Amino acid sequence: MGHPLPIQKTGDVAYFDYQATTPCDPRVVEKMYPYFYEVFGNPHSRSHIYGWESEAAVEKARKQIGESLGANPKDIVFTSGATESNNMLIKGVAHFYKSNKNHLITTNIEHKCVLESFRDLAGQGFDVTYLPVDDKGLVNLQALREAITDKTCLVSVIAAHNEIGVVQPLAEIGEICRENGVFFHTDAAQALGRIPLDVDRMKIDLMSLSSHKVYGPKGIGAAFVRRKPRVRLKALLHGGDQERGMRSGTLPTPLCVGFGEAAEIAVSEMAQETTRIKSLWDYLYTRLTAELPDVYLNGDKDQRIFNNFNMSFAYVEGESLLMGMKDFAISSGSACTSSSLEPSYVLRALGVGEDMAHTSLRISFGRFTTHDDVKILADKLVSEVKRLRDMSPLWEMAQDGVDLSQVNWAAH
Amino acid sequence: MAYSKQVIDHYENPRNVGSFDKGDSHVGTGVVGAPACGDVMKLQIKVGANDIIEEAKFKTFGCGSAIASSSVATEWLKGKSIQEATQIKNTDIVEHLSLPPVKIHCSVLAEDAIRAAIQDYQKNNADAS
Repeated sequence: MGHPLPIQKTGDVAYFDYQATTPCDPRVVEKMYPYFYEVFGNPHSRSHIYGWESEAAVEKARKQIGESLGANPKDIVFTSGATESNNMLIKGVAHFYKSNKNHLITTNIEHKCVLESFRDLAGQGFDVTYLPVDDKGLVNLQALREAITDKTCLVSVIAAHNEIGVVQPLAEIGEICRENGVFFHTDAAQALGRIPLDVDRMKIDLMSLSSHKVYGPKGIGAAFVRRKPRVRLKALLHGGDQERGMRSGTLPTPLCVGFGEAAEIAVSEMAQETTRIKSLWDYLYTRLTAELPDVYLNGDKDQRIFNNFNMSFAYVEGESLLMGMKDFAISSGSACTSSSLEPSYVLRALGVGEDMAHTSLRISFGRFTTHDDVKILADKLVSEVKRLRDMSPLWEMAQDGVDLSQVNWAAH
Repeated sequence: MAYSKQVIDHYENPRNVGSFDKGDSHVGTGVVGAPACGDVMKLQIKVGANDIIEEAKFKTFGCGSAIASSSVATEWLKGKSIQEATQIKNTDIVEHLSLPPVKIHCSVLAEDAIRAAIQDYQKNNADAS
């Protein structure tokens, strides 16, 4: 385990943003090479060896991806990534069944591409229910049961969360959906290779996957579309009817090969890697909570993927903390570094106050993160939070016993 | 986001961080902003003879640009008369720190904090006399 390659660093900046993207594993890149030049045929060319060779490579990749989910390879459709898969599946299924069923259910913490797909459908007259989550980020199963009507077509719930790492009770949700004759879609972009996925056991009908989140190449993803019992969808892309007519367009053979290899490696190494990643998570959590008062983990402590670590550091503004952590590539828990100054809608959905949401960071580990990297990160986080608290009027007021919630702030 | 050299300098070496005793009649305190908006600045001035600001201190909860804006403000306040201090404009801070448009509100907040501190000082001293 572990490939201590220098690719994890640019200059002296240590990479802690594995949920944004992962580097391509060198073993994956190796498998891809021949398909750029030597085996370059169009995998859909049926009349010659060039096409057959490419097709064989694509079908092997499809099998690798299917096996990583416990799915029949025939149920796997290649796409450009999880954003396309989410759009294709949610919109495609909604439109196919709309004459009988026009009600859709999702949660208010989904990835933007899921929420925006539903928003688009709502604008076209579909009835969309957004389920709230509890303060740990978990969906309430009773609320889900109650939301389902005889008009409900689809339930979409994210498997493992990109921002707070929470893992939803997929098998329980699948059971409720199957009992009610409703299709269950899950965005598993962050889940593949991090939690065991089994589409039959979990009664998942539709799933979205991304290659670059699992050490595969960027620009490719997949959709799982169950054939037994059959789920149908209206295609978004029309053309040569590739991918069972669901997604026309020539498949990018090298990317398919890379994704297949990446999925197989991720799943075959998952047990060992999960143990290692959890020990890094436990180390960071223990150090920060022991050395800093008033820090709060966002997302459930146990029902989670342990490569995600989202924490609020009360009285310290997140963007200033990021600036102090300039030797580490990490992400602001809030969206403050983007052009929007609004704090994260996900943290808000958990009931995290806006003041606290402004103090959050998302740190994510991966295959090339070492214990030393995390130790250096923890040292710096502790010292920067202390330095910024010494500079913070809110910290000073809190130490003086002022209840900040009772202060009459002049909002601006 | 790339920060200007000046912002980084003030963020890494903030000038005049700290607090004066609020109850001191020579001290004026301004607290502006709100935690929910992601910025709170506390700026204090200590005024000596002839209404000259002898010292200024700040504490800021906010991004690097907010910290730098208040740090610069305290530097500029020292040695100025109250009258001169009211002439400090947010645009001077924007220019000095090369703040991008999305960070202009940090400079506005610093200007507000200066005015609030001066008002507080004047109010304290009006009450005293």
